[in-house]
Amino acid sequence: MSDTGPAIETSIEAETDTARGDSGGVDQQTAETVLSARDLEVFYGDERALKPVNAEITEKKVTAIIGPSGCGKSTFLRSINRMNDMIDVCRVTGELRFKGKNVYDEDVDPVALRRKVGMVFQKPNPFPKSIYDNVAYGLKIQGKDGDRDAQVEEALRRAALWDEVKAKLDASGLDLSGGQQQRLCIARAIAPDPEVILMDEPASALDPVATAQIEDLIEELSRDYTVVIVTHNMQQAARISDRTMVFLTGGELAAFDDTQAIFENPKSQRVEDYITGKFG
Amino acid sequence: MSGTDLTRSATGVGGRTDSLVRYVFFACAALSVLTTVGIIVVLLEGSVEFFRTVSVFEFLTGTEWSPLIEPVSYGVLPLVWGTLVITVGSALIALPVGTATAIYLSEYANPGVRSVVKPILEVLAGIPTIVYGFFALSFITPQLQRVLPWEVGTFNAAAGAIVVGVMIIPMVSSLSEDAMHAVPDELREGAYGLGATRYEVSTDVVLPAAVSGILASYVLALSRAIGETMAVTLAAGMAPQFTTSPLEPIQTMTAYMVQIGISDVSVGSIGYQSLFAVGLTLFVMTFSMNVASIWIRSRYREEYR
Amino acid sequence: MSTTNPFEDVSDLDRKRTIGRVFVALCIASTMVGIVALVTLLADVIYESWGWLSLEFLTYPPSRFPESYLPGGRGAGIYPALVGSIFLIALTALFTVFLGVGAAIYLEEYAPDTRTTSLIEANIANLAGVPSIVYGLLGLAVFVRFARMGQSLLAGALTLTLLILPIVIVAAQEALRAVPDSQREAAYGVGATKWEVIRDVVLPAALPGIMTGTILSLSRAIGETAPILMVGAATSMFVAPDSLLGPFAAMPMQIFDWARLPQAEFQHVAAAGIVVLLTVLLAMNAVAIYIRYRFEADLP
Repeated sequence: MSDTGPAIETSIEAETDTARGDSGGVDQQTAETVLSARDLEVFYGDERALKPVNAEITEKKVTAIIGPSGCGKSTFLRSINRMNDMIDVCRVTGELRFKGKNVYDEDVDPVALRRKVGMVFQKPNPFPKSIYDNVAYGLKIQGKDGDRDAQVEEALRRAALWDEVKAKLDASGLDLSGGQQQRLCIARAIAPDPEVILMDEPASALDPVATAQIEDLIEELSRDYTVVIVTHNMQQAARISDRTMVFLTGGELAAFDDTQAIFENPKSQRVEDYITGKFG
Repeated sequence: MSGTDLTRSATGVGGRTDSLVRYVFFACAALSVLTTVGIIVVLLEGSVEFFRTVSVFEFLTGTEWSPLIEPVSYGVLPLVWGTLVITVGSALIALPVGTATAIYLSEYANPGVRSVVKPILEVLAGIPTIVYGFFALSFITPQLQRVLPWEVGTFNAAAGAIVVGVMIIPMVSSLSEDAMHAVPDELREGAYGLGATRYEVSTDVVLPAAVSGILASYVLALSRAIGETMAVTLAAGMAPQFTTSPLEPIQTMTAYMVQIGISDVSVGSIGYQSLFAVGLTLFVMTFSMNVASIWIRSRYREEYR
Repeated sequence: MSTTNPFEDVSDLDRKRTIGRVFVALCIASTMVGIVALVTLLADVIYESWGWLSLEFLTYPPSRFPESYLPGGRGAGIYPALVGSIFLIALTALFTVFLGVGAAIYLEEYAPDTRTTSLIEANIANLAGVPSIVYGLLGLAVFVRFARMGQSLLAGALTLTLLILPIVIVAAQEALRAVPDSQREAAYGVGATKWEVIRDVVLPAALPGIMTGTILSLSRAIGETAPILMVGAATSMFVAPDSLLGPFAAMPMQIFDWARLPQAEFQHVAAAGIVVLLTVLLAMNAVAIYIRYRFEADLP
């Protein structure tokens, strides 16, 4: 951990279950906002999936999104890179700004947005191509020039998969184990070097060992990337995140604070009830 | 064993009726195997008779097919050539058109469009082949004659290939669309998440992932084109010849069989027997393609578990 | 708040959008090929038949003189072939329903999961891909010659039965598979035997699906020309077929005969015949679709 940058050193060290320092909050002010939601609402047909969300997500931090199922946490995540556009009946109002630019502006192509905001999905979804081609695909379509082999190796190294696959880069991505597949998908997402990585319950389909590997990886990634992760596992959120958003039933953002604050002294009774397992 | 006796003999349940119906139903299922055996036996038996007169070598390598007119000659290659011309010609139309249709329906069309287009293509698939033959004769050939600067025969391979091509479009499009539909949405999302355009998702991800199903549909459609009978008989004619011009008449294996079928060839004559030799050739070709298609598809099932 | 556009450095999207548009246009054009072909085909047939389709066409036998088919002529048409086709399909229906459903029940309800079973299923899949003219040869050799039925209605119907049996079996299997196991278990639970479960629970629930599949298969059989041609359907019958073992005419065969006659007038006669054939086909499909929708709501 010694090579961690000074700005987030404290929060990384606080990963041990001992009490975290207060400095996390101080860092907030110096760190820059990458994503900010202003009255962001999402509707599926006539049904409102997300009540107006106002939130600022900071650079190079891990922001966890927790909440009971059906609370809109995935909806919020997918509205960040406009994956909701795929759903015909889905409608978004309000603003979501990426580095100051509302991504729902007419002149923003979701394709361009998704190059800056990568995504890792709940179920590992490698393409039925070789391991190499999986990682290289994003580089190829985004026209990232350079030494392709080196770029692929770099991404696989960052995803902590290189040593396991370096001898079989031509093997199909589908031949890997579930945990390896998910790390391959992470490598695929970071290869084109996005600024934000969205993760939608990336470990929910994996066994505990693979989950631990993914969690370690997320810590590593937060050195270079802004990570927003949806998880249904509160312990996971507490372990890996710097900041936590709590959505409650009905698509309401009920709390957004430093992770430590959320878990140690939640400001509202409903959030506390959820955290302590009284419902949800 | 005191108390209630639950043995079969005591209750009379599950006795004769049950095992009888089981055998009846088994017989029904076994009939399908019998059909295959019947086809093979019938074709072989007739062919054996035929090959008593004509050597297998002459049949398979001869370049002259004239079974009814002196001097007689039994080289099947002109008929195989005719079938090949129709199959390749129809494939040139149906494979690209069918695949593009499948991509549109699977990746682009909204549900409303799909619910209109798919039944239309089903209707296209349900039109009897004799009607396609008539269509070739009464519309396609006259149009070719009108549009093309060259002389186009009343019967010509081009009209046959076009009409068979149209006929097998629905087969390619519907089976290929099924294959693309079976590609999990997670894969599409994975590509979209990387900043792929819809075009890139379709061609880089969906097509490769569905490739075995698409290939299987191709093989099946080609097999159908090889076995297609009435449309090619009416459209492409009954002139067994090697010609590279699609505007001249040809004769396919199936059209020859029709020719014998409607003529007064007597049972046991060499003409009658040739029917089975040609039929066997046709059967072997289509059967091996069907097996290939099933094999291709079974490989693809293993890819997603 | 900074106003710079963070997406400005993405410069290749215009080109990609153009490629995408061209691609969609090609795909739509391809989709239109099938649709336009169908419309053109139907328009051509109707245009060619215009003025040649009359009530007499349905009630008179064919004639060698094209002018007899014209309204005001001596009256000529498709009558024996129309009746022949209906008889042919009725017989085929009788055979296929029994054999097809029987085979499907065996495969779905009884068959053990053995190699024999998978062999039978692979065999059925393969049979569906055998060219119809090969079935014609089978019918010719087995029914016409070997079983001495001659070029008869029965031989024709049996040949068509073998032809569509694979499709009917697959359709019936799907219908049986759609019946939920909970219903079977409920019947077993009250002490029914296997046959009673099938007869009283499974078959009634699967019946609409079976009927739809069977009718659709039969509508394929009614348009088939090659098999009945090989079996020896007649083209110059002047009365309707009247016996199982007698000669028979059928619509597609009659149409083929007209279409290959040299006189241009017979093209119109053939077109009129096609309109009749397609109308019967349409009616059969309508019945199948009606049954599907009528009973779809009842299925769980």
